[in-house]
Amino acid sequence: MNSTAYIFDAVRTPRSKGRMKDGTLAEVKPLALGATLLNELHARHAFDTAYVDDVLFGCVTPVGEQGSDVGKAIPMQAGWDESVAGVQLDRFCGSGLEATNMAAQKVMSGWSNLIVAGGVESMSRVPMGSNGGALFFDPEFKFDHLSVPQGIGADLIATIDGYSREDVDAYAVESQRRAAFARDNGYFDRSVVPVKDINGMTILEKDDFIKANTTMDTLAGLKPAFAAMGASGLDDMAITRYPELQRVEHVHTAGNSSGIVDGAAAVLIGNEQAKQDLGLTPRARIIAGAVTANDPVVMLTAPGPAAHKCLNIAGMTPADIDLWEINEAFASVAMRYMRDLNISHEITNVNGGAIAMGHPLGATGAMLVSTMLDELERRDLTRGMVSLCIGGGMGISTIIERV
Amino acid sequence: MGQFHYQKDAHNIVTVTMDMAGAVNTMNADYLSLMQDTLARLQSEKDIQGVVFASAKKTFFAGGDLKYMSGIEPGQQSEAFEFTESIKAQLRLLEKLPVPVVAAINGAALGGGFELCLACNYRIAAPDALVGLPEVQLGLLPGGGGIVRTVNLLGLQMALPLLLEGKKQVAKKAHEIGLVDALQDDSAASLVEQAKQWILAQGNNPLAGLQPWDRDKRQHGKAHKLPGGDMNQPKNALFIAGVSAKTFQKTRGLLPAPQQIIDMAAEAARLPFDRALTLESRKLAHLITTPQAKNLIQTFFFQMNALKQGASRPNVEPRFSVQKLGIIGAGMMGQGIAFAAAKVGIETVLMDVTLEKAQAGKAYSAAKMHKQTEKGRATQAQTDALLALITPTDNAEDMNGCDMVIEAVFEDKALKHEMTQTIEPQLASDGVWGSNTSTLPIAMLAEASAKPAHFIGIHFFSPADKMPLVEIICGDKTNDVTLAKAFDFVQQLGKTPIVVKDNVGFYTSRTFEAQLTEASQLVAEGVHPVRIDNLGVAIGMPVGPLTMMDEVSLKLLLHIRQTQLDLGLRHADNEPAPQGLQVNDFLYRQHQRGGKQYGGGFYDYGEDGKRIWEGLQAEFYNPDVMISDADIKDRLVFRNVIEALKCYEEGVVSSVADANLGAILGIGAPTWTGGYLQFVNTYGLPQFIERCEQLAERYGPRFKAPEIVYEYAQAEKQFVD
Repeated sequence: MNSTAYIFDAVRTPRSKGRMKDGTLAEVKPLALGATLLNELHARHAFDTAYVDDVLFGCVTPVGEQGSDVGKAIPMQAGWDESVAGVQLDRFCGSGLEATNMAAQKVMSGWSNLIVAGGVESMSRVPMGSNGGALFFDPEFKFDHLSVPQGIGADLIATIDGYSREDVDAYAVESQRRAAFARDNGYFDRSVVPVKDINGMTILEKDDFIKANTTMDTLAGLKPAFAAMGASGLDDMAITRYPELQRVEHVHTAGNSSGIVDGAAAVLIGNEQAKQDLGLTPRARIIAGAVTANDPVVMLTAPGPAAHKCLNIAGMTPADIDLWEINEAFASVAMRYMRDLNISHEITNVNGGAIAMGHPLGATGAMLVSTMLDELERRDLTRGMVSLCIGGGMGISTIIERV
Repeated sequence: MGQFHYQKDAHNIVTVTMDMAGAVNTMNADYLSLMQDTLARLQSEKDIQGVVFASAKKTFFAGGDLKYMSGIEPGQQSEAFEFTESIKAQLRLLEKLPVPVVAAINGAALGGGFELCLACNYRIAAPDALVGLPEVQLGLLPGGGGIVRTVNLLGLQMALPLLLEGKKQVAKKAHEIGLVDALQDDSAASLVEQAKQWILAQGNNPLAGLQPWDRDKRQHGKAHKLPGGDMNQPKNALFIAGVSAKTFQKTRGLLPAPQQIIDMAAEAARLPFDRALTLESRKLAHLITTPQAKNLIQTFFFQMNALKQGASRPNVEPRFSVQKLGIIGAGMMGQGIAFAAAKVGIETVLMDVTLEKAQAGKAYSAAKMHKQTEKGRATQAQTDALLALITPTDNAEDMNGCDMVIEAVFEDKALKHEMTQTIEPQLASDGVWGSNTSTLPIAMLAEASAKPAHFIGIHFFSPADKMPLVEIICGDKTNDVTLAKAFDFVQQLGKTPIVVKDNVGFYTSRTFEAQLTEASQLVAEGVHPVRIDNLGVAIGMPVGPLTMMDEVSLKLLLHIRQTQLDLGLRHADNEPAPQGLQVNDFLYRQHQRGGKQYGGGFYDYGEDGKRIWEGLQAEFYNPDVMISDADIKDRLVFRNVIEALKCYEEGVVSSVADANLGAILGIGAPTWTGGYLQFVNTYGLPQFIERCEQLAERYGPRFKAPEIVYEYAQAEKQFVD
């Protein structure tokens, strides 16, 4: 009876610039972001928290106040029963979706009945990179594996695929337009939980990172973000891997890359047993999940292969999927994904993506689940695929289906 | 609303002299508008050299408007937040003026008053100025930028202990710490003159008008660096972890303010300056509405002020001051009183049956002063002068001419009567005879007096030189002048007097006993004794109730009870918790365990600390008994509260302030309660009644709420004076 992994609900915080000086959520601790969501899930569904087996939370910079297993600290902060376990996990940008997939596997195996999967990242309070890592900082490793940062990888994709600066900027303008429209028309309202202070006064109600009036002109003024970095030797490493290229075209800027933001997400996932015991109404089920990896130098091209793998597992073809979400780490990533799967932008990231709303590393994967679920319901469609690119050349995908 | 006098001198220095309506300058709505006008004028000035903030009052600035703040109820936090933010926005504008701003601190600058000083570029203090951020003591935090600015000024590790202690610092100490930049210079014509000289000495130095935390790398060459580093420094993270544990040890987690202060200081060492200021306002708005803050403000501010101003003192003039004090009995109590009196310069005769005993009593003061000199807190000359004030004697005639005598012999009616009869004639004709007793009725003791109108009970707490409370008990014949004199004497000692009626156990002993007996009752019911004691600590008692009984001594408690039974003041068949008394009898009468000083009581006392006596566990402990922690805690608190309410109902205490402060200062009532009557106010009278009914049903009628609570609840009244 436990072969199904239901999604009972999916929530997220709004996202705001991940900068100490002016990011709205910078004054909020990551534990508080996570606890806000757990409290919301509890308030909406009134289950006995002792019934929850585990909290799986993605977090990519688990040091400082995000260190020492935020996956356990968050349910404690939320006042949940002491029997609720918790784990922090890190599959880079795929962490939030990895948590979702793991939760599905756990409840489908019957080892657990009810799990909160999600993620948190306060990029203002715990800056990206604070946790170091051999992948980017070990000299021996760097030489052996030609390890370059993501931005170089994104520009490499554009170079290989022939996306011009205008192409990626046009993609970004559309992302902003869609996100602003969706937010302003309440498409995110079911998922987004306002973040409040100690007095219950609202600190942030809706995403405030979106720049609704973005145009080709405003984007054209931005400098390539990775040109100087590339010129410092990294382009040479990239070209050593791709000798057919004359040079790396640096088309990505702050305007067509994902934003650095703060935020958290949580998805309540359980099996038939949980459904019956708690009388919960499932909104969807998780059909399949997959991870894979390809070339770690270009790094960001595995979402397509991951999606194919996921479709195989599910015994489906792209035609069986109604809507697609690909994390907009960079414009070229989304464009490559659509090309790989031969899908239209019309059914991909229909409410914009991380270029407009930001990418809180450990949380984004779980955020996309809520975005997908809300939109499937709004359009009364059935199936959606969520994918993200991941450091180390990995990709992750999940198919959900409304029930 | 008064005014902020604005005066520009020939050097283009503006002096703003704060002169608000009333005795002191306060951060209220008037202040906001006066400050707004002043800032507007300052901002419109061209070519000014600097600004001096001064006060037209004896004090510089008194701080926040506690009346306003204590009126803010849960749900109104946003109002408090906005108000605080307005004050801070002004202070931010003040410190961003391009010219140096100096605070000329002529007297006390506390709380909000000192936060104003912190927003100045330079602080000069008069020698008797008193500065500090005492908000924590009232359950609040310095929300006018006090935390953020002290952390940025001194660094996290220097600032946080000051914020947690909330101590008022004298100018010299404040200067050493770095809270003020300079002390008043004798050569300067005035504080304001000195401030102006400093401004002129800065010339055109652009940094003089810039707060360190506003230094920007691009503009000023060097960015602000937090002294001692920010929260990313591992040593600061460790420091915060350590301070949190240390603070819990003191607060038991019962006081939200210290917790929020620690959190805020850590955030101030993490967030950008302006973000931290906003968070500080949020936290203040939160704390203002907590019952703990309301309790502390009500009791330690409003009621303490009323008490100090003599609300319970008969209106008799003039104020009295003891010139020569006689103390009979140089035991623990007598020697403590002698030291307390000598400390405030009162000539004291300390008498006992032998000169040796009297001298031993005086040696207590000598030993105490010796410790002080060793620590550098007193000079040898001070010690000599103090000890010269105490005359030990075995001769009653040395008491001749005393205008106050405290009889502090053992609690025995016959002995006390004998002392009165033999020594009273030595008392000055209008002198006061004070009997130090916690048990015996004053009217009965006064029967031996030739002048019962001058006879009064003065109940010190042990150790008398340290404990801040004194309970004054009037007999049926005590007159108003005697009461007024006793009141003044207690204040002369620097202690807090409460005035109570001559009933069994007066106020404090009676209330105190209720919790102790309840603890014994819980033992009798089979609850593990260690659990009872630890839950007593968890509600904020200084030590657990069983430990307390061991320290006071079971022997003394039983003696007092026996005396009251013998005198017919209480009746064995009318005890609220008789099984509890049987536990005490079991320990002392059956097993001669009289308490800590007698080798053991509830506990055995060994070199490695105390352990529950196995005989007690064997007799009473029953692991099957299920009583929740919450019920045990409430049983301990509610028994005290109910007894205090009965005392108020019966007029044993006639003022709420006396009841609250007596409980906290005399018998260790947890400060978070604000005293045992105030506790009921913030618990909510209907909720209190409901909980009492529940406890009464489960554990016995002694938990029934006294009638007065029903009356007050009906009339929607609270326990206030």
